[in-house]
Amino acid sequence: MARTLYEKVWDAHAVATGPGGRTLLYIDRHMLHDGSFHAFEALRRSGRKVRRPDAAFATPDHYIPTRGRENITHPELRDKVEALAANAAGTRITFFGVGDDRQGIVHVIGPEQGITQPGITLVCGDSHTSTHGALGALAFGIGASEVAHVLATQSLWQSKARTFRVNVTGRLGPGVHSKDIILALIQRIGAFGGTGHAIEFAGLAIASLSMEARMTICNMAIEAGARSGMIAPDDTTFEYLAGRPYSPSGADWERAIARWRALPTDAGARFDREVDLDAAALEPMATWGTSPEHGVGIGGLVPDPARQPDAARGASMEKALRYMGLAAGQAMEGIPIDRVFIGSCTNSRIEDLRAAAAVVRGRKALVPSMVVPGSGLVKRAAEAEGLDRVFTEAGFDWREAGCSMCVGMNGDLVGDGERCASTSNRNFEGRQGKGARTHLMSPAMAAAAAVTGKITDVRKLVRE
Amino acid sequence: MEPFVTLTAPAVPLDIVNVDTDRIVPARFLRQPRSAGYENFLFHDLREADPGFVLDRPEHRGARILVAAENFGCGSSREAAVWALAGSGLRAWIAPSFGDIFLENSFKNGVPAIVLPLERVAAIRAHLRHAPGSEITIDLPAQEVLWAGGRERFEVDPFRKECLVAGIDEIDLTLRHEAALSEYERRQRAETPWLGHSRIL
Repeated sequence: MARTLYEKVWDAHAVATGPGGRTLLYIDRHMLHDGSFHAFEALRRSGRKVRRPDAAFATPDHYIPTRGRENITHPELRDKVEALAANAAGTRITFFGVGDDRQGIVHVIGPEQGITQPGITLVCGDSHTSTHGALGALAFGIGASEVAHVLATQSLWQSKARTFRVNVTGRLGPGVHSKDIILALIQRIGAFGGTGHAIEFAGLAIASLSMEARMTICNMAIEAGARSGMIAPDDTTFEYLAGRPYSPSGADWERAIARWRALPTDAGARFDREVDLDAAALEPMATWGTSPEHGVGIGGLVPDPARQPDAARGASMEKALRYMGLAAGQAMEGIPIDRVFIGSCTNSRIEDLRAAAAVVRGRKALVPSMVVPGSGLVKRAAEAEGLDRVFTEAGFDWREAGCSMCVGMNGDLVGDGERCASTSNRNFEGRQGKGARTHLMSPAMAAAAAVTGKITDVRKLVRE
Repeated sequence: MEPFVTLTAPAVPLDIVNVDTDRIVPARFLRQPRSAGYENFLFHDLREADPGFVLDRPEHRGARILVAAENFGCGSSREAAVWALAGSGLRAWIAPSFGDIFLENSFKNGVPAIVLPLERVAAIRAHLRHAPGSEITIDLPAQEVLWAGGRERFEVDPFRKECLVAGIDEIDLTLRHEAALSEYERRQRAETPWLGHSRIL
């Protein structure tokens, strides 16, 4: 029978059936970070051991400062970073720590190191684990209890998700990026449009995207409610993986490619739901509210809650507008901003930094702006190309790798009432700091906001 | 894990759509150990901004069931959101939909997250607004919610139901499948040897 990519990976990892017909799914690879301490504690309390230390990889990202990190002065942050190092050493889990160029955001370093591969199952105690699906892996975020379960058993009890294919046709116009595709999709299907589903992103627009651009899309599948997002592996995937430290090599490489080529969804496979999106019709997007579904094209207006057919949704929109300090009918373009953040597991890879630098080059940031590369290796690569100088000469802060201001757990915060143009994934109330107002957008759009001090259509600044 | 079978208790309505786990427990509190009591951080910033927040109203003290709106618990995978809600005395939640990871985390902590149709949940919330402190009964084995307006049948994943009703420890359950796990690992070593044993340290 014709099967989807998701079903093929699922079937290959189903090891047993339990109560209620639930599946015990084998987990090939497990990423851990400095927020995973609760799970290590739970494991210790139960007296259990890590079953497969060779299948787990740990790096500090959530709590790690983006400067002054060789000697972390904040006792609670230092404690979290040191606890992960100690937990990894004590359980013989591979660890990329401070001072190691391989340290970075878990969802950046998984693909970068070749840890993430087509057809594997990969989990992490972080909802943006969906990112790794861009390489054709079945990857999803889990809570602390499930992290402890994977450490102890290398498996998880799972029920099959419904399948959902998003067909993205057409070609992106100049100044429009993969971030705009995913923001437009979430705006269309809603923040719970994908709940209970595994999304497969398909179509010519997806196939023509680079590996990194694909990661941005799968990263935000969770913002549409889907625990996982996947893209069929193809030559772009294989070229990306060739020669990476944990990728198969030599004779194994050929064996791997043969397996990976069998993964894409079969012709005639059925999905529970399908949606089409025309990439050619998209303009650069930005969010106006406090849910990722609150997106609008840059030429658009802040919507009017009174015109919402659903009363509860209208009330939530009104609440969002009050929090954001915006009025219905206001033009998105020209909204003044106080701060810019370029980084996060959504948009901190080298292509993201290049896209931002192309806008910033020869201009000055008019508001406090920072760039936080996704890994030490991304930072090195950017410096080798001179991108760091483009940013610092424009007045940007150039920091060390971590989650930083996306989640604010390391002390990099947006102030109360401040408006931030951000390349991250969540504009929730208080996400970037108490009272912080977040506008999500692509790296190019965030760079345009930095050099103009307001939300700006990047297409007016750069002719591509 | 403490089993959950039936519960009859006062319920509290929360009318906000898309309540994310950042709002349930703001990120800055996650560095605390569990012993700090995550209930102390529950809806911290919402409550600070709104002294009349529904959970703080005298008529809702003692509520043990939360009746929420669509997509409750979306966003971050932080299990602390469940710990905070459960720590405050809530033992079950009902909504038209939940964030997938939050739903899983709830059952792992002995809390049923019950999905009912949008209009039924809205009717229950409206009832609780007009008659605060009203009791609701959740019967997990029968898969029913009983309230003043009637009897609602709900679907629940049979695995989650069985684990919750019997209070099963999932790791113990999994370890009974040791032979199947070992067999998978043997096959992995043979077919995809590059996935085992990290070569680089």
